[in-house]
Amino acid sequence: MSELIKNSAAVLAAKLAAGEVSAVEVTQAHLDRIADVDGDVNAFLHVNTEEALAVAAGVDKSRAAGEQLHALAGVPIAVKDLIVTVGQPTTAGSKILEGWHSPYDATVVKKLRAARMPILGKTNLDEFAMGSSTEHSAFGPTRNPWDLDRIPGGSGGGSAAAVAAFEAPLALGTDTGGSIRQPGAVTGTVGVKPTYGGVSRYGAIAMASSLDQIGPVSRSVLDSALLHEVIGGHDPFDSTSLPDPVGSLVEAAKRGDVKGLRIGVVKELGGEGYQPGVQARFAEALELLRGAGAEIVEVSCPNFEHALGAYYLIMPSEASSNLAKFDGVRYGLRVLPEDGPMTIERVMGATRAAGFGDEVKRRIILGTYALSAGYYDAYYGSAQKVRTLIQRDFDAAFAQADVLISPTAPTTAFKLGEKLDDPLAMYLNDVATIPANMAGVPGLSLPGGLAEEDGLPVGVQLLAPAREDARLYRVGAVLESLLEEKWGGPLLAQAPVLGGSR
Amino acid sequence: MSDQILSFDEAMEKYDPVLGFEVHVELNTRTKMFSSAPNVFGDEPNTNVNEVDLGLPGVLPVVNKTAVESSIKIGLALGCKIADKSHFARKNYFYPDTPKNFQTSQYDEPIAYDGSIDIELEDGTVFTVAIERAHMEEDAGKLTHMGGATGRIQGAEFSLVDYNRAGVPLVEIVTKPIEGAGRRAPELAKAYVAAIREIVKNLGVSDARMERGNVRCDANVSLRPHGQERFGIRSETKNVNSLRAVEHAVRYEIQRHAAVLDSGEPVVQETRHWHEDTRSTTAGRPKSDADDYRYFPEPDLVPVVASREWVEELRAQLPEPPAERRKRLKEAWGYSDLEFRDVVNAGVLDEIEETIAAGTTAAVARKWWMGEIARRAKLAEVDPADLGVSPQTIVDLNRLIESGKINDKLAREVLDGVLAGEGTPAEVVDKRGLAVVSDDGALLEAIDAALAAQPDVADKIRGGKVQAIGAIVGGVMKATKGQADAGRVRELILERLGV
Amino acid sequence: MAEINREDVVHLARLAHIDMGDAELDRMAGELAVIVDAVKAVSAVAGDDVPATSHPIPLSNVFREDVVGHTLTAEQALSGAPDSEDGRFKVPAILDEE
Ligand SMILES: [Mg+2]
Ligand SMILES: [Zn+2]
Repeated sequence: MSELIKNSAAVLAAKLAAGEVSAVEVTQAHLDRIADVDGDVNAFLHVNTEEALAVAAGVDKSRAAGEQLHALAGVPIAVKDLIVTVGQPTTAGSKILEGWHSPYDATVVKKLRAARMPILGKTNLDEFAMGSSTEHSAFGPTRNPWDLDRIPGGSGGGSAAAVAAFEAPLALGTDTGGSIRQPGAVTGTVGVKPTYGGVSRYGAIAMASSLDQIGPVSRSVLDSALLHEVIGGHDPFDSTSLPDPVGSLVEAAKRGDVKGLRIGVVKELGGEGYQPGVQARFAEALELLRGAGAEIVEVSCPNFEHALGAYYLIMPSEASSNLAKFDGVRYGLRVLPEDGPMTIERVMGATRAAGFGDEVKRRIILGTYALSAGYYDAYYGSAQKVRTLIQRDFDAAFAQADVLISPTAPTTAFKLGEKLDDPLAMYLNDVATIPANMAGVPGLSLPGGLAEEDGLPVGVQLLAPAREDARLYRVGAVLESLLEEKWGGPLLAQAPVLGGSR
Repeated sequence: MSDQILSFDEAMEKYDPVLGFEVHVELNTRTKMFSSAPNVFGDEPNTNVNEVDLGLPGVLPVVNKTAVESSIKIGLALGCKIADKSHFARKNYFYPDTPKNFQTSQYDEPIAYDGSIDIELEDGTVFTVAIERAHMEEDAGKLTHMGGATGRIQGAEFSLVDYNRAGVPLVEIVTKPIEGAGRRAPELAKAYVAAIREIVKNLGVSDARMERGNVRCDANVSLRPHGQERFGIRSETKNVNSLRAVEHAVRYEIQRHAAVLDSGEPVVQETRHWHEDTRSTTAGRPKSDADDYRYFPEPDLVPVVASREWVEELRAQLPEPPAERRKRLKEAWGYSDLEFRDVVNAGVLDEIEETIAAGTTAAVARKWWMGEIARRAKLAEVDPADLGVSPQTIVDLNRLIESGKINDKLAREVLDGVLAGEGTPAEVVDKRGLAVVSDDGALLEAIDAALAAQPDVADKIRGGKVQAIGAIVGGVMKATKGQADAGRVRELILERLGV
Repeated sequence: MAEINREDVVHLARLAHIDMGDAELDRMAGELAVIVDAVKAVSAVAGDDVPATSHPIPLSNVFREDVVGHTLTAEQALSGAPDSEDGRFKVPAILDEE
């Protein structure tokens, strides 16, 4: 195993710039790592060997010629398979799209290409990003590098596991209710959900349009900031894209300062239902921040209690409509009915029955119900009102605090299969991450240490007001360095050794 | 199995019709409603599409500003209020011509609402139709049914889908229930759709060609016994796509409903299909719970906020309304009612106006457009306006006639030359050598020859029988191939004979 | 508020164009009943005075100029199609509809 893969993206970028290593070496090292360990982890659905090496070779050539390059040029990245890419299949983790190749690139992928970052491949996910464990992938679950019998979180378990297993220094995720942050928490990695509209959604296969957001996955706060600056900013192809420039996130991560900052502990996101080890690590993080000069205050967001319920009305409603296009007419799977008349209606019914997994069907049916005549006001309409209340709670909380803090997830990684037959228990994983999506505010999860009872990673979540993503990096970087000082290195240094060198 | 119908007169004796129309207008923007793919009719299938129009995974819509402005203009021209804030919604239903399996439309907050337009019927009576709303939406792709005998849905083995039309901007104009039309309901129906077509054409926001589906009408008809307040159950006849068909479909539905009501059966609330060949409708899909469209606000689009300034700016761009313009032109031109109606029906209002502007009188412009040009258009089976005669050509021709350079007969030949691309009328006269022979010397030669050829006629004229002169004039005209001014020829003959 | 039952699921599956067998309908009805029970409290949280939020960050008038952009070729458009003919997508007969 090449030691290169242990480097952060920032360090790799520096080594590349200094000519200490070539982009081809860096890319090859990660491809080798994938070959070594992904049989166990199953983070990748597709490995993009040739193209990644070709891009890397191009970067090396340009660098040799003295061309001006992006800071991350030659630093490889993995892309969640919910994001469309030319030249590689995009499946959304679903049989209904198996083998489909997009004729266009997502905006974020165009930006990766413009920065000349080799794309290592496409990472596994819960089908159409519906899940919190990556067990709902049609192509088998991804395993948590900390314990291969446990889930890596979801839906972006593939991206988080790839980064945690040193298969990639960076990855893209998507976060509708926590799908970047919760996998980050349970794999000991960093994940950021930017302000809604801060990163273009164009080319991210929609689950719930008003909640979805693409964001960075990495092993350090600074690395997420670096990637966030690559993918962020206005996109005319996304009507909900913010006109604002992306801001100086890297600068904020480098500056890292909490003196005099008010950090609000959200009363409703903690306590009962949160594993003791999670609570202990969270309390420790608060102490470290206090010690660094932050003022810790308690804030109350009473309507967060209803966030999960409202989320499970809005998300399936929008998803039921967004997933209607998968019908066997224009692309993807077509299944013919086994008997009876061959009408397009019946082909659609058979295709969707065979192409979608159970969780996707559950959400489509639930969403169809919530939008149907006579129920709209009570369900979708009411949930949109709850959304307003949640936003008001955030407004009030941010009047008292500059950033908010909570555990990212109530528990550490659970065993594969443990919650598969209990959708409600599965949904509870996202209880702390969902409010940010409902209000559109940015959130960051970083490793908070290991829970004593199981030795598994715990995540700490920071939340900032909309458009104030920089605050997450500023505070996150401080907490990260305090914790790493305490641990004597990155948390992932404590992870078990995987694969060939085990 | 065809439906029973009552005679129209009998239906009218017993029932009052109530009408309602949903007219879809395709806008003539350069690009589609939500994507930058071209909005062009008639190209190769699936070539005017990008990933958005195909509803590929991951795509998002972005609203066409010009389409919004066109919609506001339509709203204003229909006397509607323009909503301060309107938004798009998703209408969810599965159909293979609808790439996302939902149509992006407007639902509870349309861009324009509460308007009315005055419809002038043939005899000049004016009927006010109240407009409920005009909203923005997108068109579907085009399905072609194959394998069946008739190309219809029934009996087709498979269908082919072309998404070129998918995403073309539409404005759907919905009337309030139209009461009190009585036996003029079919005429009103036709006049209403004609008025909408004229308005959007006049605004320049649609090509308004019904044969291309630029303007499509769904006609709602219900009947109620005279004196009854409550509306009857309605049918909705879909896609009636010519003015004549609108009139016939409404008439047919009135007759059919009357027969159903007479039989004591309830009218079924359903969609109907119009068949031009049999001039009748057949039952389509009855209203069912499959019509649960699960509308909800389109989360991928943000609201349209129409500021006062914006609306007023657009209002200032509106052309004169067609009805007002007609009134003004009729007075200015001094045509009789009949003359003016013929001009309107021939569709040459713009052409006559331009011809007058180019420098001729209303009478001359009418003479050409309703005479020679109309005759040629009829032969060529095109609209007079499409024949390619420019107003300047008519002005030039008329000047040549007035100056005596050519006569009416020659003018027709000059027009042939212009249409054949031989240049301006003056150039054609030169090239073809068509000018009237006005050189007295040349004429006198021809006259002398004609007199010599018919000495007996010459004697008669000398003897006072001046009416015999026609034979000599005819001879001269023949000799000059019609290029002589007959009046001048006559004068010269008489001079020559000393009469 | 009405609870979701098996009948409802039959209807919803039809609306959503997903074929479901008897066993699946039974199971789905049971699971959905539990979920709906868990979320239905939402309908009682906010009063009439609370406006709905459909976009987390409010924007308005996001438009595109009416300028022609890129298109796909027919070949690209049809590249993922399960079936096609003459440059068009091919689908089985459409009966009892329209
Ligand atoms: Mg309609
Ligand atoms: Zn419509």
